[in-house]
Amino acid sequence: MGTLYPNNQAFHEAKLDFPEPAIKQTEAIPAGNYVHTAILPPKGWAPLALGELWKFRELLFFLTWRDIKVRYKQTALGAAWAILQPVLTMIVFSIVFGGLAKLPSEGFPYPIFTFTALLPWQLFAFALTESSNSLVGSQNLVSKVYFPRLVMPFSSVLAGVVDFAIAFVVLMGMMAFYGIHLTSSLLLLPVFLLMALASALAVGLWLSALNVKYRDIRYVVPFLTQFWMYATPIAYSSSLIPEKWRWLYSLNPMTGVVEGFRLAILGKSSLDVLSLSISASVVVVLLIGGLFYFKRMESGFADII
Amino acid sequence: MSDVAIRVEHLGKQYRLGGPQVRYATFRDTLVNAASVPLGWLKGERRPQKNTFWALDDVSFEVKHGEAVGIIGRNGAGKSTLLKILSRITSPTRGRVDIYGRVGSLLEVGTGFHPELTGRENIFLNGAILGMTRREIMRKFDEIVAFAEIEKFLDTAVKFYSSGMYVRLAFAVAAHLEPEILVVDEVLAVGDAEFQKKSLGKMGDVAKEGRTVFFVSHNLTAIQTLCFRSILLMNGTIAEEGETNKVVTKYLILNHANKLEPINSRKDRSGDGKLRFTGCEIISENNQITQTGKKVIFKIYYHISQDSVPLRNVAFSISINTFTGNHVLVFFTEETRKNIPFIFKDGSIECIVPEFPIAGGTYGINLYSAVNGILADYILDASTIVVDDSSYFPDGGSKHPDHPLYITKHIWSIENQK
Repeated sequence: MGTLYPNNQAFHEAKLDFPEPAIKQTEAIPAGNYVHTAILPPKGWAPLALGELWKFRELLFFLTWRDIKVRYKQTALGAAWAILQPVLTMIVFSIVFGGLAKLPSEGFPYPIFTFTALLPWQLFAFALTESSNSLVGSQNLVSKVYFPRLVMPFSSVLAGVVDFAIAFVVLMGMMAFYGIHLTSSLLLLPVFLLMALASALAVGLWLSALNVKYRDIRYVVPFLTQFWMYATPIAYSSSLIPEKWRWLYSLNPMTGVVEGFRLAILGKSSLDVLSLSISASVVVVLLIGGLFYFKRMESGFADII
Repeated sequence: MSDVAIRVEHLGKQYRLGGPQVRYATFRDTLVNAASVPLGWLKGERRPQKNTFWALDDVSFEVKHGEAVGIIGRNGAGKSTLLKILSRITSPTRGRVDIYGRVGSLLEVGTGFHPELTGRENIFLNGAILGMTRREIMRKFDEIVAFAEIEKFLDTAVKFYSSGMYVRLAFAVAAHLEPEILVVDEVLAVGDAEFQKKSLGKMGDVAKEGRTVFFVSHNLTAIQTLCFRSILLMNGTIAEEGETNKVVTKYLILNHANKLEPINSRKDRSGDGKLRFTGCEIISENNQITQTGKKVIFKIYYHISQDSVPLRNVAFSISINTFTGNHVLVFFTEETRKNIPFIFKDGSIECIVPEFPIAGGTYGINLYSAVNGILADYILDASTIVVDDSSYFPDGGSKHPDHPLYITKHIWSIENQK
């Protein structure tokens, strides 16, 4: 009879019952139009491709939501911090600058005068700090997942708006207490709010991209915000600045923002059109420059972070 | 060519030496550089060429829609760099990649998980990070929760999760990605054995659904199960490409060539060193390659440390393993009650196997020795044995596709049922 194995036809047929050893090539998904993506070496200055940011708007939303949600987790006072921070600063300023130094406050009670300025300032300072740290603080995300990196500084800036809204309610309470009425100039507020956010984002873009490469930035930021605060008319009015230096002073975009806030909320401020346009132009230049710089550095982030 | 999912052409990626780890350049360095470079240039010096290396060099291949392709290679072969370029995390230095279809990449599970958020919140956050839309996540939410087996803890912050739960949840979210092209790195190596099996099954389903899968793993068995075709990367270039079994074999052989350092100089060993293996010889009949079913002699040479002479009650073991880590066969003097009562000087010991039962292939040999119950020397993959079984069945019949580990004599008989 000879060996039955394996020259036997039955063996070859029986083989069909064995499980397949590996997944062989299977039918492709029958969809005709695949999205085409080309991956090429970076070439210097790239177009901004802000449309991509729009495509990732849900991620932007979730990251902002996460930042807000996590902010006051495991703190005893929770969201009360959003009130305490500006209020305590206001009290200190009112005592030191309003009470002791007797700085003029454009005819308003000093606490109101300074709190109106502290609102956009704290939003700016917070957004700036958070966004400049946004990439380095999420190394894991940057080195493991693809998304337009712009999402990170954007979401950090947006997350600051919640604190701002809470502090705004406090301001409204104070206005009622002091009996100051809102005027129709309040309609300008969104413009200045946007300008504050744009300023923070503009500086945040530069600093976050630089921070990836130079960790010096994290030491620079606290000083920067501190100096910047004194260069901004928060504790004092910009009318104290001599007329001939006003243009130089207005190069600080926050000058326009803070005086703008006073105009919108108190209905009166020493803001003039020239200063405002200088401040606004600086914001635009910084922002566009920041976007391009960020975009240029973006392709290398994952390699050096 | 509409059926191409990924086309890679002459892809190269250069890193500075020390690579991504060289991190914190400081402002000062840059300022000093900026100041000194033009100066030197004026003096006619060239900018010093920094030490660089190519993590990937001139890599080209294509993957078709519906194909599952494995990437094999040792650490540093360029696998991760390739995946990072394909998933657009980092950009290439040279060449180009064209991708047709939406890519989902999984280089890690649980990226972006926040410890303070609950399981439910993290599912949404992680899903969004991996590129799922909110609608998609809501649709698969129950499935994800069931897969992760965390129903009861859905509203607990994940920082209170056990590491097992954490990993299960992370993988569950990732496993429910539904891109047209899935790029996966090593993520199956999470959780306990049972969960790994479940994950591997899930990956298999993905491949079976006809999606394109690009899969990197150190687990060769996983690659063999999932991928029909594979690519072997070595030092940034493609060393072999084709059917997975062929590529895996090539990898094992190449990998091994590096490992065949003389046993004497091997550093990766454990034990107190009272006895040290110095050599391992495999003696086959007629000095040919080892044949299944024929006699094989393993001859192990050793050196003993003189200050502990005589060594008493010395146990030896020779074990044979597949490179995917399965123990196949062990010869152990403890089991056969053949421990050596006394050893006074250097020498050798032989283990004779009259009929070697293992099927054709390349296997690793681990050597072990203990003196009076205390580990003296232990070397993993001290040597290799190449076995040939082509002449075991003399009639030259065709091979069974399942690559068994053993072959033994057997007899078929048939009874005709009336």
